[in-house]
Parts: sequence; structure tokens; C-alpha cells
Amino acid sequence: MTAHRLPAGGLIDRGRPLGFTFDGKRYQGFAGDTLASALLANDVRLVGRSFKYHRPRGLIAAGVEEPNALVELRSGGYREPNTRATVVELFEGLEARSQNRFPSLKFDLLGVNSLLAPLFAAGFYYKTFMWPASFWEKLYEPAIRRAAGLGRHSRQADPDTYEKSHEFCDVLVIGGGTSGIAAAREAAAAGARVILCDEGFAPLDLPDAANLSVFMRCTVFGVYDGGTYGAVQRLTDHLPASHPSARGGPRQRFMKIVADRSILASGAFERPMVFGYNDLPGIMLAGAVATYVTRYAVAPGTNAVIFLNHDDVVPNVQIMADAGIAITAIVDVRATSSEAVRVLSHRIQAPVFAGAVIDRAHGSTAVSGVDIIDARGTKISVPCDLVAMSGGWNPVLHLTSHLDGKPIWDEAIAAFVPGTLPHGMQVVGAAAGCGINANIQPLWLSGQHPAKSFVDFQNDVTARDLILAKQEGFAAVEHLKRYTTLGMATDQGKTSNVNGLAILATETGKTIPETGTTRFRPPYTPVALGVLAGPHRGKYFKPTRLTPTHDFAVANHATFVEAGLWLRARYFAQGTEDRRAAVFREVDAVRNGVGFCDVTTLGKIDIQGPDSVKFLEFVYANGWNDLAIGRVRYGLMLREDGFVMDDGTCARLGQQHFVMTTTTANAAKVMQHMEFCHQVLAPALDVCFVSVTDQWAQLAIAGPHARRVLQRLVDPPFDLSNDAFPHMAAAVPTICGGIAARLFRLSFSGELGYELAVPARYGNALAAQLMQTGADFNITPYGTEALGVMRIEKGHPAGPELNGQTTAHDLGLARLLSRKKDYVGRALAARPALTDPHRPTLVGLKPCDRRTILRAGSHLLRPEAALTAANDEGFVTSAIVSPTLGYPIALALLANGPARIGETIRVYDPIRNGDVLADIVAPVFHDPAGSRRHA
Amino acid sequence: MRIACPYCGPRGLEEFLYHGDASVRRPEDGGAVPDQAWTDYVYLRENANGPHRELWYHHAGCHAWLVVTRDLRSHDILGVTAARDEA
Ligand SMILES: [Zn+2]
Repeated sequence: MTAHRLPAGGLIDRGRPLGFTFDGKRYQGFAGDTLASALLANDVRLVGRSFKYHRPRGLIAAGVEEPNALVELRSGGYREPNTRATVVELFEGLEARSQNRFPSLKFDLLGVNSLLAPLFAAGFYYKTFMWPASFWEKLYEPAIRRAAGLGRHSRQADPDTYEKSHEFCDVLVIGGGTSGIAAAREAAAAGARVILCDEGFAPLDLPDAANLSVFMRCTVFGVYDGGTYGAVQRLTDHLPASHPSARGGPRQRFMKIVADRSILASGAFERPMVFGYNDLPGIMLAGAVATYVTRYAVAPGTNAVIFLNHDDVVPNVQIMADAGIAITAIVDVRATSSEAVRVLSHRIQAPVFAGAVIDRAHGSTAVSGVDIIDARGTKISVPCDLVAMSGGWNPVLHLTSHLDGKPIWDEAIAAFVPGTLPHGMQVVGAAAGCGINANIQPLWLSGQHPAKSFVDFQNDVTARDLILAKQEGFAAVEHLKRYTTLGMATDQGKTSNVNGLAILATETGKTIPETGTTRFRPPYTPVALGVLAGPHRGKYFKPTRLTPTHDFAVANHATFVEAGLWLRARYFAQGTEDRRAAVFREVDAVRNGVGFCDVTTLGKIDIQGPDSVKFLEFVYANGWNDLAIGRVRYGLMLREDGFVMDDGTCARLGQQHFVMTTTTANAAKVMQHMEFCHQVLAPALDVCFVSVTDQWAQLAIAGPHARRVLQRLVDPPFDLSNDAFPHMAAAVPTICGGIAARLFRLSFSGELGYELAVPARYGNALAAQLMQTGADFNITPYGTEALGVMRIEKGHPAGPELNGQTTAHDLGLARLLSRKKDYVGRALAARPALTDPHRPTLVGLKPCDRRTILRAGSHLLRPEAALTAANDEGFVTSAIVSPTLGYPIALALLANGPARIGETIRVYDPIRNGDVLADIVAPVFHDPAGSRRHA
Repeated sequence: MRIACPYCGPRGLEEFLYHGDASVRRPEDGGAVPDQAWTDYVYLRENANGPHRELWYHHAGCHAWLVVTRDLRSHDILGVTAARDEA
């Protein structure tokens, strides 16, 4: 037995034994243990294999800085790789597995990687790119991928749930050590709203106060602009899956904390000593050894050698000795040992080697002894099963540099301390460099075995790698990091950064401040992507907007389609109808009978005020001065760069009252644009507008019988006759005995058509009423598919044509561009390149054989031209099989299009094997004279 | 990042949309001729190394367009006003 549980002491509950497994083997620990302390208590010292060389590794630390003991927790979809055993709270039934070993931890076949060490030397990844490609693909890449890596993904969906919250406070205290607790007490007593976050689970000595919130198991992982902090609280990670809170409750919570001030009390990490074979299990940080003793009542060994260069270690060595660990030797780097060390050595009867170093450790899967080189250069071999080392402490200043703060080297304590701080942040205690590294004499590299002297344990970076990188010209600290992988991966160099750059400084003959340091980025410790997503995944990734006739559509067996956030009825299949049959039937109903369709999703903006007309004149490209009350007009909106932004209609309901519609896709964008035009460009205009998209259920009622159906709904004496209410008329009648409505005579389908709007709550009732009222005309609900088919038959541009790259000229709408006024987009729309007739311009296409389908996205070429990109003359934007014509048709953008009507063009689609000749025709396929809508 | 909307108070970045330089001025010549002034207004932007006046839209709030003066080196917000008051 080497490592073992002490008979008394510790913050563990010996009355609550907990069973757990590691690599399938059962062990027992106690409540209050971490996985790491419980493993040590069971004398399990080999906990992982290293990243590149698969060397045996044990615990070095007792907290988040642990670079070696990465384990996989849980199983199935719950499996989580790369968790540090030192931060895993033990619970009954915990399953943990070591990582990066094959086939087992003790007999790792890839340990031979040590023989391949040259393959993984500094810059190995970059150098492999210079090898022959065939070697790379067949040999090196598979070998490297097999050998190097951290953990495995479960390859299943994450079954856990997560939540998010926003927290606000006056003072955020980060860290629940002595300094953090003192700060939180002071701030709370002063009346401030205080939040304290501590990443651990040990109970904190804090008062119960309404203005003090304490979040345990909570890591502040990032600092962001404006006093915003990112934190993750682990809610059920420490509970067995059978625990009520772990079933159904969220696993973790992502918190955005907004704080006026923050107190960073994150403490310090101890520095390892860099000497030969310093990665053997049993070689640990001195402070970690003391923590295992005092907090967990575990002695990590029985015979210890201490390796130190400062006096903070002294109380920790006393703790070890008090726990019965025999201190075989104290190796003190300093030529003259300090008074504190001399007193200690006398008290615990341990020999001190002053001015000495450890050259190397011995052992196979655990340390069995060390070679000490004393002040006279004599080698002394000392057997031991534990090395407690301390090269000093590094303030944990990660959060201070997230907003670009640069750490400063403090020569007196041989450590980086926080430099420029984020606004509102104050650093206290060891994190600020207070009270650490007493009488330190820095030592960065010890002994004569640089190729086996590990600097970065997690990334397997040795002192020799750093020396090599410098020799190969990567002497800047940022280059060093990328070239050697020093300080990368989940660890971010918590134990390695300062040692690494100090060795670089020594090699380059520069000081440490001259060498500089890399800065830290969020997250401080790894964050599961699931917790950042929170509950917003799958169906809940974005909200779903339902139309006011959604229930009606469901009851009528609609198939739905997503249109932005909206869920719209796509078609209403009857019986065994497929999509095509349903759409053909719906189109036929509108062309020859009557149908209705929910068009609520079109953006509706209510515009009022004395300057309404002036405002419309400014935002639309066409004119509005002469629009009479009770009339609707088509409107075209440009962006300031002259391209088309959106189109729609606008009705004048009163002298100072208009209602605008936008396309479904651009509703929010147009609203934002109009706010910009008003508030930024023309604030003097006296106009107000508001989106009323959600307030009105709007239904298109279209077809030769539309008027007869509508007549039965509109309250008398409203006159629907063609003379009284012609095409492009608008009114505000009441319907069904007093319901306020807005009625527009508009036709997107090309047939006699109306759009009827009622308050949104009447949407389902209006649809049901239309079915009943129009039953004798066989009134037919239709969906977006039929709507789209009919607009293509009529050649109306929509989303595929309003693609942000088309001009009014391209869409055949150049006649709408007013010459008499200033409007958004006027100037740049007049640029020669935007009015060039050779630009791809809207045309219609019909396959010459009137049979072969055309596909959107197909390219257009002259029939005799070679199939090259240089001969590309445009593309198909929208394509359907027309129920009305009985054959395929398409809309397309074709260079010099209108001048080529009557010609033949090749429609070429190499991806889907489309190749067909088509006639170029005018883009209006149905009722080109437009007489039907005036019926 | 947090922006103190003059109407809504300090709110999180996720409520706002960025629109770019607030110091460019739309030419007041009616837009008949697409001259250099127009091209500059639409396309040309300074890449300021320091304080920058920029437009933000409070889209998930009051719909106000705001002029935010922000130091592009430090992200410090030096002032926020409603765009309609700037004109
Ligand atoms: Zn606001």
C-alpha cells in the first residue's frame, strides 16, 4: 500500500460510504470525496495515459488545474469526455473510465509511442505536411489520429436538459476562498446586492442574507464587455441519475451575470518543477498533497521527497509530516536554505539538501526514487513513493486578461500578476500576487534530461520541444504556443505556461518581461455546448408563429410548411390525394370557382400622420401623391444602393391613414428600414407607424365566384359591384353583422380577388364561415403551394426573384421608378451598370417539347454555345408544372431578356442531368391582358 | 456588451442590431445623379482606431435607432443618444 485513507480527519462523511467504478472495477469512497481523492484512497495512482506518447500518468493536482487525470463519465448518450477527476464529486454508482489508452490502462500498447517520440516532436503536425501526400494519407494521419487525442464523443444526441438565466448584482465575487469570503461579507454588510460564485462544493462560511446569493459548483468562465460575466452552474452533475433532481431537472445552468463591480478572488496555481521523468505517477504538487491530507484524509504516499524553491511550502510539509508521511529529503534549490525550512527540517527530522536539485525520477508506472544533485554536484539516490514539488505559485489571472488585459511580471515573487483590468474588476488575495512565493529563487529547468522533462503534461510538451522550437525560429511566445501546442486544449496551460515561457526566455537570453506571455481567452474551464444552447434546441431553437386560421387548417388536414418563423398551410390534401393532385385541384378551384387562402403572414404596417404621403414618397420608388382615399397601389421599395428590397401594396384608408403590406420574408426588415428612414434620415416628418401583422387575420378570396361569396358576408349597404368597388379599391366595411373589417380588392392569382382582414381572433371563425357560405360554389381552401403556382403563372416576382441582387429594371418594373422626387435608392439605381440592358432580366420559359420539366437553378446558354461558365447567360429562378396551361413553365433572369422573346435557349442543369431547349416568352403566362381580375 | 437605451435603460447586446457608421450624411441633392458623394455615402466607411459614432437599432425593445459612441479599441461605450435627436 502506498496511497491510503488516513484513520481520522478530513471533510468527508465516513458514515456515508459510496460505491463507484473506475475502468469497470468497483471501489468505495465517502461522501465529500472527489473521484480523485477516492481513487487515491484506494491506492489507484495510475489514472491516464498521456496525449502523444501514452506515458503513464497520475494525479498532479487537487483542483481544476489538473492536467493528467482526464476521465470519461457516465455512459451511452450521457457520456462526457475530458472531465478532470479532481473536480468530480463522488456519488453512489458513479462510472468513470480512463482515456487515451489501448487496450487497457496498465498495458497500453501505444506506450511504444515513446519510441516514436521524434514523430511527435515540436511542430510535428506542421512538419508532416511536408511529407509525401501518399504517406500522409495512408500512414501518418491514421497513426497520429489513433495515438493522439483526448476522449471520445458519444456520437449520440445529448439527453440532458439545460437552462439559462440572467442575474444582476452590484458586486460579483469570483471564488469562495478566504479572500472571496471576506469580500462578500464586507460588500453584503454594506448593503450591496452580492453574488458569490465558487467552483467547488465545500460549504462556505457565509451569513444568510437576502442581498447575498451564493452559487456553488459555479464557474465564472468568461468576462465580456459592459460588466457581463458568463458562468455555468453544475446542478445535478454530482448526483446519481436516480436522484429526483437529476431526473427531469436541468443538468447545468448558463448564467449571464451583469455586475457593476467584480472581485476576483481566484487564488493561485502551484507550479510544477521541470526535471527528468517528472511525469511519473506519485510526483505531485506540494499544495495538492496537503489538500488531499486535510480535506479528504488521504495520504498520497508514505515516503516523500520535497522539492522546493520558496517558503510557502513549509506549512504543507508540516501537514504531510503530521499525517504520518515520512519526509525522506527536502531538496531546496536555494544555496542557503531559509530559516523557515531549517526550523521545519529540525522539527520533522528531515534532511535538507540546500543548493540542490532533482536531476531525475525513477520508476515505471509510479515513482520509486529520485536522483538528487547536491550543492557539490554529487548524485544522491533516494528511494520514495511520493515527490511533493513546488516551483512557486502563479496567480489565477485568466479572467483579468479576457478583455485584452496584459499580465505584468513581478520580479519580487517571480510571477505574473494582473495588469490592466476589465472595468469594475478588482483582484484580491493570491490572485493579485499577495502573500505568495516568499523568498523564492526561480528554477525553470532542473537536471540533464530535457527530452523527458515535461512542461505541459496535458499536451506532452517537454523542455526539449521548447528548445527545439526556439532553434527552428519559433522564439516568439505566440509562435511557441502554436508550434509546440504548449498551453492548448482543455487545460489552457494552467500549470505549464509560465514554466514554458521562462524556459524560452532562458534559451533566447531574454528576460521574462521581454519574452512576454500569451493571454487567456474564455472559457476558463471547458463548457459543454449544450449549456450554451440551453433549452433552445430542436423544435425550440426558434419560436413558431401560427396563423389565425391554424386550427381551421389542422382540422382540414393541411400539410404545413415553415416560412421563416411562420407555419403556413402548404396544401389541403383530400382523401388519398398527393401533393400535386391537391395543388392542381386548388388552382383549378381558384381559376374556375372560388378559393381562399390565409395571407396574414404578409407584413402589415399601419401608417398615420399629416406627413404620411411624404413618407411613402420617400420610402417607395413609385409615386403616392395622387392615390385617392379608398384605393390601393402596388409599391416598390429599393435599398439605398439601388437594388430592390421588397414589394407590396399600400392602401389609403383616410386622408392621413395608410396600410402597407410587405412580403412575408421581409416584414421585420421593412419595418426596421422604415424606422431608419424616419428616425435617421427624415425625423422632421410628422408620421407614426406600427406593425399590425399579428392584429389582423387576412384572407385572400379569389376566383370568378369570389364576389358572390363575399356579398353574403359583408353587411349592407356596402356595395361590392364592379363599379362601386373596382380592382385596387379599399374600404373598411363590417361583416357578419358588425365585425370591423378591412377589405382590399387585390389579385395575386390573376382572378377576381379580394383580401379581407378581420381582428385576428376571428381568423378561424372567418375561415369556417367562408366554407359554409361558399359551400354551394364548392369554395376551396388553398395553401402556399397553389399561391406560388398562380403567381408564377402570372409572372409576379417573389422571393426567388427579389433576391437582393435584382434591380427594378431586372424585374421589368423600371417604369415604376419616379423621376419627380427623392426616394431611397434613387441615385444609385441610376448607375449605368444597374440599368444595362444586358443584365439578366425577367422572362418566361416554356420547354420546346411542352413536356420536359424545368428546374430552378438551371443555367441558360445559347443552344450552339459551348458549355462553359463564360457562356452562362442567366438562370431559372422559379419553375412549376402549370395546372392552367398543362405543361411546365418557368421564370428566369436572362441577359437582355425582353429583346429575346421568341428565341430558343438551352436550359442546362448539370447537377441533376437537366438539358432541355425552351422558348423565351413574356413572363405572364395566364391572362396577359389582365382582364380576369377586373371581372 | 450592454447599451443604455435612452428609452428602455441598459439592455443586453442581444436586443440590438448594428448598422454601422452614424457620421455619414445622406446627400441632400434629391438623388438625381449618382455622383461620388452618393457612392461615398453608401459604400465608403472609416475604420476608426478609437471612438466611433455608430448606429444601433433596438429591435427587441422600443425600435429606436440610437447613436452609440463606442471606442473600437476597448469597446467602451462613451455615450448613447436617440438618432432622431442627432439630426
Ligand atoms: Zn429601447
